[in-house]
Amino acid sequence: MKLLDCPLIGRRPISEFDYVGEVRKPPVDCDTATWAAFVFNRQGAPSVLRERWYHRPTGYWFILDRDTLTDEVKAIVDAREVRYDIPA
Amino acid sequence: MTYRLDQQPLEWIDRGRTVTFRFEGKSLSGFAGDSISSALMASGHSLLGRSFKYHRPRGALTLANHDVNALFQSADATNIRGDVEPLTEGIELHACNVNGSLENDRDRFIGLFARFMPVGFYYKVFHRPKKLFPFWERKIREKAGLGRVNTDWTEQRTPKRYDYCELLVVGAGASGMQAALTAAEAGADVVLVDENPHIGGSLDYQLANEPAATGVRAALKDKVRNHANIRLFEQHYAAGWYTDHYIPLVGPKGITKLRAEGMICATGVMEQTAVFRNNDLPGVMMASAAQRLISRYAVSPGHRAVVLCANDEGYRAALDLMEAGIELAAVVDLESTPQRGSWAQQVTDKGVPVYRGCGIYAAQGSRHLQSVQVAAFNGKDCDPSELTAIDCDLLLMSVGWAPASQLLYQAKGKLGYDDTLQQILPRELPAGIHACGRVNGAFTLEQRLADGKRAARAALAELRGEFHAESQTLHRDRQAHSHPWPIVSHPAGKNFVDMDEDLQLKDLVNAAKEGFDNIELIKRFSTIGMGPSQGKHSNMNGIRILAAIRGQSIDKTGSTTARPMFHPVPVSALAGRRFRPERRTPMQEWHEAHGARMMEAGHWQRPEYYGQPEEREQAILREAQAVRSRLGLIDVSTLGKIEVLGPDAARLLDAVYTMKMSTIRQGMTRYALLVEDSGVIIDDGIAARLGEDRFYVSATTSHAAATFRILSQTVMDLGLDVRLVNLTDSLAAMNLAGPLSRELLKTLTDVDLSEESFPYLGIREGTMCGAKVRLIRVGFVGELGYEIHAPAHKAMEIWHTLMRAGARYNIRPFGVEAQRILRLEKGHVIVGQDTDGLTNPFEANMPWAIPLKSKPWFTGKPSLVVLKERCQRRLTGFMLPQGYSGERIKECHLVIKDGDIAGRVTSIAYSPALGRYIGLAMLDLPLANEAKTLHVRVDSGSLVAMSPCKTPFYDADGKRQTADLTEVA
Repeated sequence: MKLLDCPLIGRRPISEFDYVGEVRKPPVDCDTATWAAFVFNRQGAPSVLRERWYHRPTGYWFILDRDTLTDEVKAIVDAREVRYDIPA
Repeated sequence: MTYRLDQQPLEWIDRGRTVTFRFEGKSLSGFAGDSISSALMASGHSLLGRSFKYHRPRGALTLANHDVNALFQSADATNIRGDVEPLTEGIELHACNVNGSLENDRDRFIGLFARFMPVGFYYKVFHRPKKLFPFWERKIREKAGLGRVNTDWTEQRTPKRYDYCELLVVGAGASGMQAALTAAEAGADVVLVDENPHIGGSLDYQLANEPAATGVRAALKDKVRNHANIRLFEQHYAAGWYTDHYIPLVGPKGITKLRAEGMICATGVMEQTAVFRNNDLPGVMMASAAQRLISRYAVSPGHRAVVLCANDEGYRAALDLMEAGIELAAVVDLESTPQRGSWAQQVTDKGVPVYRGCGIYAAQGSRHLQSVQVAAFNGKDCDPSELTAIDCDLLLMSVGWAPASQLLYQAKGKLGYDDTLQQILPRELPAGIHACGRVNGAFTLEQRLADGKRAARAALAELRGEFHAESQTLHRDRQAHSHPWPIVSHPAGKNFVDMDEDLQLKDLVNAAKEGFDNIELIKRFSTIGMGPSQGKHSNMNGIRILAAIRGQSIDKTGSTTARPMFHPVPVSALAGRRFRPERRTPMQEWHEAHGARMMEAGHWQRPEYYGQPEEREQAILREAQAVRSRLGLIDVSTLGKIEVLGPDAARLLDAVYTMKMSTIRQGMTRYALLVEDSGVIIDDGIAARLGEDRFYVSATTSHAAATFRILSQTVMDLGLDVRLVNLTDSLAAMNLAGPLSRELLKTLTDVDLSEESFPYLGIREGTMCGAKVRLIRVGFVGELGYEIHAPAHKAMEIWHTLMRAGARYNIRPFGVEAQRILRLEKGHVIVGQDTDGLTNPFEANMPWAIPLKSKPWFTGKPSLVVLKERCQRRLTGFMLPQGYSGERIKECHLVIKDGDIAGRVTSIAYSPALGRYIGLAMLDLPLANEAKTLHVRVDSGSLVAMSPCKTPFYDADGKRQTADLTEVA
């Protein structure tokens, strides 16, 4: 089983984590095609992805820049960097 | 025991303990410590098995589990690998792949038809004519496959262990023991694993008679056994390498899943066959096999021997034979001007004839080797014009090695062919992976020990983040121990490359000619390396042959990666118990004590109904009727319960749920529907407002964790000032439902339950049984009712109190099944039952829950804007005629219109309130709007008619929520 470093409590087995996928911002006031692409398409090519992880035992959310080819974690990203607003 | 030698200094057998066993009906005996093969050979049985395809006689080849010539069947097990399986008292063995007996296998003549069975013939022959294929399939299945599985097996559970170490060393030969010791002495926590029952590796057979090894061996073994930092796993093999150094160690008593920080592969090398005619005859074996047989088991491999060699190790084996009293007829060296060391000199000094620049053209004999034909060998082939016949019953092959690099490949190490050593060697190894000893090209004892120390230092430096400069090539030998082409052609063939599958040289040549001349293709077409031994004794020759055919280098030709497992692992070692958490509500014991039949709901167990299974239907109906007419109580503790606190609490709920939550008045609740970006329904519950910035939301049992996750992710995404508390476990909940619920509850709580101060859909906080509780007037089952949310530790007391006080109203506990009927009568949807992974709220008939105009945004809104105009299905109520007694309609039965599928039944139940069957069906539009009659196809295939109708089926105007008041009035 793989291991992953939880930024809060260190190295843990991967089964303790939920992988939520790439960090994405919903497009606002866009055409239907753009919206459909957001809903249904995901980046699948090997690359450095900014992705969201959830460590269930601690309830801790974090964001990683991870190379999906080598499994190498490049950076822990501050959640403030990926915040977005929704129409109010 | 004619073949048993005098005591050998390092032998594994215990001569004081005789073990008796039966083989092919004959009574035999060996010693404790014998393998099945060694015991048979000690008794004079050189014929150990029959080959897979041609049923040729086969004997010991590697004695190291690198071949499967010797496969046996016992009463309990099949495909027992005799070369390594310890002999046990009283075991009854038969050869595996025989038709009749091993001696007189009725299929032994198949070889005569070999020319009609060229490589790949299975793929070509049996497809036409098509109607004959079932016949051929049956025939092939009879012939193919090995042992027979005893289907009357007894279940065996083996424990799974978990372990951790800093450094795993695989292989306890000279370099492995040295590496483990060096690392342990530097303070590392080391696990040393070896597949053999005793540590020592080739020190104990190849160098058994080598004086220089004696002191080293004793010192290394003693220190390794006694070092506090080394844990020894004998008789365990590292079955594979998985990411982050997760390595299953498989032993006779099960599996240990080991996590290491780093790994040193001291896995050594696997001796490879020489390819010449009849190289599979019993009596022809690897030099290392003979050395194992003599040193470990004190069994003589034969009486008169010839050694075919292309390296120093062959001469060492020749000396060992003589030491064991076996007559050495000749040594045949493939090279004409070899640079051989002192062992070769000793052989020459003893007057043994050495044929230089010669090879074996063919071996001869019917069931056992009788003689060999020696001919000049020019590095490419033998010259058959002049053959020298030498009588012998033993031929040792010592022509080269393949690295046991399976784990290195699995760890994504890069390996390449080394022209000096004529061996594939590690080039670049990934982080945490090291190799030493012969797998890394260190062959002499000095080189192996030095390389073990180097690898240990390198691994430790890496673990501690220090710099380490020694090159991994430092201690490699400077001369070859493998011949680049130990292969001799013969017009009559039978020169086997892979013994598992009876693959001859011409099979590979033909496969390449047919165009399968890529390493991956030739493997699959010819099946080289795909037999049970996975190419351990054959892959290197396969690569050499393909490289020669293509006229390209070994590197260019490439090699295939051996996948886990290294040896076959019994399923019992891998299979685990179902191991998952079970959650219990505070009332679970009460339910069980009161006859509840439990059902699984996510991680929870919930009462399905209370009563005997044979009275299931009546029990469920009585429970439903109790709620409708008097009082029922259901445990709903499994609901997700989440407290949402903070100035942005309303903003959060507005963003996540479809309906507007910021406008809920304090003390009131609202239906909470959760959809995802695509507009598909994923959860529902209620949201209650307890204060200006304080909400309490519920979620369905199975989606509670995910709903909490979605809420917490949104808090982070939007940077909201909200605190979430998951109260799912700390609060229990129960629903007191029925027209008499208010009357009962008002005597038990300080909350004012009057209609004016606590209306339908209200929420109030108060006390019950001295505990702080929240009361919520909910309508799921369609009667006046109160959900009571209370601290888990007080919940049982409250439950008891309600049951006791409710006794005078004939209160009845009810389960999930009755609740399903009750909610169905109200037309309420269960997410996941009436909806699926594609259902949106319009299809679920809930447009009222989607305020597209008044809300600027919520998750999934842009999708729902589109979907509203493109609604293709709709959930519709239906009912069957009163008194229907035809075939039963079940959930998921299809609605058929004009022969086509037009929908499916999502819920159906007998409604006690209506006295007929009612249900919900997801119907295609416009059928859902237009149909007067629906036809459902039941299990037998016939169609049942039913009528669509509006929901709710029961109490459409919601008067039952105040049923107690109207009755009083």
